[in-house]
Amino acid sequence: MGLSPTAKNERTPDPGKEPRDDMIGIEHYLTVAATLFVIGIFGLFLNRKNIIIMLMSIELMLLAVNINFVAFSHFLGDLVGQVFTLFVLTVAAAEAAIGLAILVCFNRNRGSIAVEDVNVMKG
Amino acid sequence: MISADLNVILPEIVLSLFAIFALLGAVYTSKDKTGSLLVWATSVVMILLAVWIGMTGTGETRIAFNGLFIEDGFARFAKVTILLSAAAVLSMSNDYMRARGLLRFEYPVLIALSVVGMMMMVSAGDLMALYMGLELQSLALYVVASLRRDSIKSTEAGLKYFVLGALSSGMLLYGTSLIYGYAGTTQFAGVMNVAQSGSTSLGLLFGIVFLMAGLAFKVSAVPFHMWTPDVYEGAPTPVTAFFATAPKVAAMALFARVLHDAFGNAVADWSQIVAVLSVLSMFLGAIAAIGQTNIKRLMAYSSIAHMGYALIGLAAGTQLGVKAMLVYMAIYVTMNIGTFAFILSMEKDGQPVADISALNMYSKRAPGKALAMLVLLFSLAGVPPMLGFFAKFGVWQAGVDAGLIWLVAASAVASAIGAYYYLRIVFLMYFGAEGDDRLDGGQNGLLTGFLIASAVIMVVGIANMFGVEEAAIRAAATLVN
Repeated sequence: MGLSPTAKNERTPDPGKEPRDDMIGIEHYLTVAATLFVIGIFGLFLNRKNIIIMLMSIELMLLAVNINFVAFSHFLGDLVGQVFTLFVLTVAAAEAAIGLAILVCFNRNRGSIAVEDVNVMKG
Repeated sequence: MISADLNVILPEIVLSLFAIFALLGAVYTSKDKTGSLLVWATSVVMILLAVWIGMTGTGETRIAFNGLFIEDGFARFAKVTILLSAAAVLSMSNDYMRARGLLRFEYPVLIALSVVGMMMMVSAGDLMALYMGLELQSLALYVVASLRRDSIKSTEAGLKYFVLGALSSGMLLYGTSLIYGYAGTTQFAGVMNVAQSGSTSLGLLFGIVFLMAGLAFKVSAVPFHMWTPDVYEGAPTPVTAFFATAPKVAAMALFARVLHDAFGNAVADWSQIVAVLSVLSMFLGAIAAIGQTNIKRLMAYSSIAHMGYALIGLAAGTQLGVKAMLVYMAIYVTMNIGTFAFILSMEKDGQPVADISALNMYSKRAPGKALAMLVLLFSLAGVPPMLGFFAKFGVWQAGVDAGLIWLVAASAVASAIGAYYYLRIVFLMYFGAEGDDRLDGGQNGLLTGFLIASAVIMVVGIANMFGVEEAAIRAAATLVN
């Protein structure tokens, strides 16, 4: 992952620590993950066009979480985070399958997958 | 070692094997013709499991798979409630689903699988087990919500539930990853040692907040309630009845499990958040329901309000609070089963009716059922002589004990506002205008039986709760110590 081996010995992540010039620290990974997560949430709420884009945003959020897990796992020297990532990947695949199946049913009834057409019930 | 672990999760294994073989059996034989048989078989299996779990409870805590799975008094209480309510709703749905050609064999199988997920949730001892249980439950529920796949409303309900449910899972997972990173472990017991009140690191606090946002979605607490009215309205009525009972108990129990098992040393950090969720839910549930004419939507807002009251018990952060919350959920589920038995029997010319104006002068046509419904509505509103009042009284007591007087006062106000819409239905049934949109007699013996039984419990329960309260006290004692 392009990390120096000394990073493995850091037991606790310290986001406030000044990073060395030649090394990618945990804070970089956390920042990337947080950015992706926020893009995912914004994709869900600001997107007014297509439900497929919503499904993509959901995947983006889950992948952000995976980056977090793997980064923490590496820096803690603990494998549990990577095992968790495998579970998240599996569940995300099942979730996408179910989401697309429901979307196909909806499209058959409504003839559209535009977000503005999901409006039979107003809540 | 592994055989001892498997022994602990035996009820879950039995139910999942049953679901798998039911699915295989139905596919290889006559498919949807087996639907009715499977519904009954699933309810019987669930009742037997509930009896088994309730009877074998020796009171000791058993931990399996290196702390991933905890089987204690708290889990047993929640599991028995979940299994019994799921069995009741399944057996109520049989006739309704068959009459409308909805009784596909996947329905009982999916319900069984989601119940396995709920049993997993309430026994979780690790963030990983929590996530897997929650997803097993949610994925099955997304599908049952859109069970009527040729109806726009049902598929739209499924779609909305899916998108918002997936968002909530994402938030919960993000919180989980932060907790893992800053506590160094995913086990509740390990997190408990790190998360000390007053010295919780900022990352861990963010983790708790994201985790609670995800769980608040599942219990439909305001401001994460947007999906509830639409999903309740769009899903087929038996599925709505299911949503209003077992998953709510499971999500509430999971909420209590995480907060007390993993963050029990940091009560001050989360109790304010729970209190805010609670007060918002109670008021939104009470006010937004006033304008509703669809009884399923009305029950959705009612469930939001009820979750608010149950959350008072959690906000207290004490053993008494958890006990009050468990008793509240048990009573809430019993009331909802009776109310939905009534809603399922509301039909005109064989078509389901959900408009409350159809109940005008209902007492003249079916005085017995109208009286049972009156008892249930009074109980839902929390009018003093009924059991629903004692449920509220329990959480108020816990709230006052923990010094949350403002929350208790607010909930008394919300409960008074909320009483309006329950009593409006009573008014329509007894003093409404005589209309021509009258309901059929609805001679379904089973539904009437559930309605009457539930109403009788609301009255008899005042004198004797049949050990539910003692069981809840023991359950709370194993969780909070």
